[in-house]
Amino acid sequence: MREFKILLVLVFFTLLIYWGVEPYAHSKMHHKPKPADFKFSDLQAINYKGDPAKGKTTFMNAGCVGCHGVKSAGLPAPMTKEAAAASFGVAPPDLSDAGLIYDTKFLKNFILNPSHAFLNAKKFNANKPFPMPQFFGVGEDKNKEVSDIVAFLKSVAPKELNDKETFEAACGRCHTVKYDKWTPLGDTPKFKTKTEKLAFDLKVSKYQDHLKKYMGAMPPDLSMMIRSKGREELEIFIDNPQKLLKGTSMPRVGLTKESTEKVINYLESVGDRKKAERETLIPKIIGFLIIFTLFAYLWKSKLWREVH
Amino acid sequence: MAEIRKAESLYDWFDQRLAIGKLNKVLATEYWVPKNINFLWAMGVILMTTFGMLFISGLFLLMYYKPDTHMAFDSVNYTIMQEVAYGWLWRHMHAVAASVVFLVIYIHMFVAIYYGSYKRGREMIWISGMLLFMLFSAAGFSGYMLPWGQMSYWAAQVITNIFGAIPFIGPDLVVWIRGNYFVSDPTLTRFFMLHVLLLPLVIMATIGLHFYSLRIPHVNNQEGEEIDFDEEAKKYKEGKKKESKVIPFWPVFMSKDLFVVGVFLIFYFYLVGFHYEFAMDPINFVPANYMKTPTHIYPEWYFLWSYEILRGFFFPIAGLKPFTLGLIGFAIANGVFLILPWLDRSPVVAPAHKRGAFKIWFWLMLIDMIGLTIFGKVPPNHVYFVGGNDITPWFGFTFTIGFFILLFIALPLITRSERKRAGGAK
Amino acid sequence: MAIEKSRRDFLGLAFGSVAAVGGVLALGAMKATWDPLPSVKAAGFTTVDLSTIKPGEFRTVVWRGKPIFILRKDKTKFKKCDNRDTKLGSKDFLVVIGLCTHLGCIPDWIPDKNKFHCACHGGEYDACAVNTYGPPPRPLDIPPYKITGTKMVLGEQGPQNKALIAKNPTNKA
Repeated sequence: MREFKILLVLVFFTLLIYWGVEPYAHSKMHHKPKPADFKFSDLQAINYKGDPAKGKTTFMNAGCVGCHGVKSAGLPAPMTKEAAAASFGVAPPDLSDAGLIYDTKFLKNFILNPSHAFLNAKKFNANKPFPMPQFFGVGEDKNKEVSDIVAFLKSVAPKELNDKETFEAACGRCHTVKYDKWTPLGDTPKFKTKTEKLAFDLKVSKYQDHLKKYMGAMPPDLSMMIRSKGREELEIFIDNPQKLLKGTSMPRVGLTKESTEKVINYLESVGDRKKAERETLIPKIIGFLIIFTLFAYLWKSKLWREVH
Repeated sequence: MAEIRKAESLYDWFDQRLAIGKLNKVLATEYWVPKNINFLWAMGVILMTTFGMLFISGLFLLMYYKPDTHMAFDSVNYTIMQEVAYGWLWRHMHAVAASVVFLVIYIHMFVAIYYGSYKRGREMIWISGMLLFMLFSAAGFSGYMLPWGQMSYWAAQVITNIFGAIPFIGPDLVVWIRGNYFVSDPTLTRFFMLHVLLLPLVIMATIGLHFYSLRIPHVNNQEGEEIDFDEEAKKYKEGKKKESKVIPFWPVFMSKDLFVVGVFLIFYFYLVGFHYEFAMDPINFVPANYMKTPTHIYPEWYFLWSYEILRGFFFPIAGLKPFTLGLIGFAIANGVFLILPWLDRSPVVAPAHKRGAFKIWFWLMLIDMIGLTIFGKVPPNHVYFVGGNDITPWFGFTFTIGFFILLFIALPLITRSERKRAGGAK
Repeated sequence: MAIEKSRRDFLGLAFGSVAAVGGVLALGAMKATWDPLPSVKAAGFTTVDLSTIKPGEFRTVVWRGKPIFILRKDKTKFKKCDNRDTKLGSKDFLVVIGLCTHLGCIPDWIPDKNKFHCACHGGEYDACAVNTYGPPPRPLDIPPYKITGTKMVLGEQGPQNKALIAKNPTNKA
């Protein structure tokens, strides 16, 4: 009985220290932001249904093809990634997947006013304009026109993308993932000679120089981001980077909830690959230890019965 | 020359050459420990278990870790954590054990303070124990640098910077410690040397000293009773096990210890698998960047109490700047427990609950150290307001002053009057 | 016998002294192994072209692994101090080591508030990098530099720098 009371005292003070040092102190360091809602409430609803066929025409006539390829619709990219980065700072993405992974309302608003939707408008001005211009339309109601474009993009998007493909489309243009050999110019290929490797590294390095100049800071490698931030924080951050890093150059890219989950799953597969093994092996070890402790108790009781 | 005869068994062969029979009696089966103890007496064995886990998991980490600023982070977070079979297990075990070992050290320390196990012949046990605390602190600090994350780097930067405050030689000393003007590759590799070789060797030697120093004064007991170990051992060997006040280290004392170790390991492995962020801070999963200080840097929880004393002073006292006061306080705080046997002026060895004012002192001391620990982590400004005034720094300051008053004024006074009531020094 | 003993004692003392001298020399060698390598000492110079910095611009360069804050203050509202600023003709610069004098974190420059703020423990400095609030014990340190034309070489010490540091007795660089 006395020993049980001692144990309670021990547990009480240990938990007190734990509470004070972890949840309590951390709550005083950062104020917990509201969870992600994927609603993009600051953007206006645009309720036209949109005509895909019309959208394709508008896409080509409004000049979008001048920068963006849409492989799934047979429209190739007009420039290589490296050349685009040299001109714009970053390569304009291929839009084959855009209709699937980005929120519809977001996309419409984005086309109308890109940096406003991205939430990084403050970084750009007349002298340093955002590379993608605001939508000047092809003569009719702009809201209708962007709805058509978005409908077109949705019609040519795949039905489903896996975690890595979602990541590549949404984040891969700016972020490297060293542990998965991902660069903004694609997966690192297998090299036959040292010269080949150096040539590729040089291309990536030049691209990154343009990117750093454009963004103001180098987008960090994401290999361990799942462990330095955790799922919940990443979700909040991707939904609105300004919430956690005010003034950041990282755009709010407009991912849907589903696509965000996929991106985070991918990051977890890269930064915490052994999670499943950890969560199955440890219970087994604990199970063994319970048996061990049981036997230890039985042996101890037998011995101590002789001395009490 | 010892008389060697034909061995009757393998045991006999070794016994004739190494006296393993006698050794076994001296170290185990006839090493007498009081019977009147509780599970808190198992903390020592738990520490040995934890140190053992640190050592063994450390061996496997050492096989793949690269002590180079360009390779360290990836050798840990890619190679060990994701490629090496069970690498993640060794790393999680090592990190959690490094944190939990301090919880057990503090429990072990406070149990000794509670029961008065630091005086009347046991001073060397206490001192070697405090040396072990300091050595483990150095091992923890040097080990934390190795993964080379943001916390690794900035903890190293801040703590090596402190030496710059030493008069005359300070700034040169900092450069000498770092091997460069700033924390960089030479700093990493020399702390690797300390963590992997020098400190473990010194720790093992000091553990040897700690164990040896226990023998003559003997392990204490719950009432602080002075036992005639020879007499009680005689009773036990005669078969009067229930009457004897002692038990042999092996198998009786160890059997209970092994049970406590079992319970401890269940709790420990739960942390290793499911609750390890307190030991593996997320900020340290960002690679070290010497041009960017993270928004919040803080030491590991077990250093927080002395860190709070370092930054607890926020206005000048007696003409000394708060920074200087903090440094002096920090230096004293990290050494003061060594002289505890002399700050306690009373010869009474008894549990705190039987020592009147000392009981109150004990719980106040515990609360003060917990207070310092928690406020060592809470930001030092702009957290608590009364009216429009920021009263935040007053919390840390109060606990800091409390610490020095409790140790340098309250304890000597309380124990001096206890000595008078007990009839003077024995 | 007494003479034998005293000879033995003297020899013992002499032998002990010889061994001790050897020990001290060995320790001296071990101390030297910890010293910064020659390559580290040689790499201690950084050059900055001050003419490329515009009024109001805040730039960070690296010298000996430390951030060096350079803020051009002429033609701005930022506070100027004769005893702390680096002058180049009519141009007025703040040149300091960007490490908080409290515990070594890198403070942030907040132009809107005309001050530096250190996130670690809330220390603050004004636009002359003088400590104004919190635990920092002294202003941000002025590094050694030598100005030739418009180029500033950090790591060498020129006359202007020497005079400036003389006006700042608590400086440690």
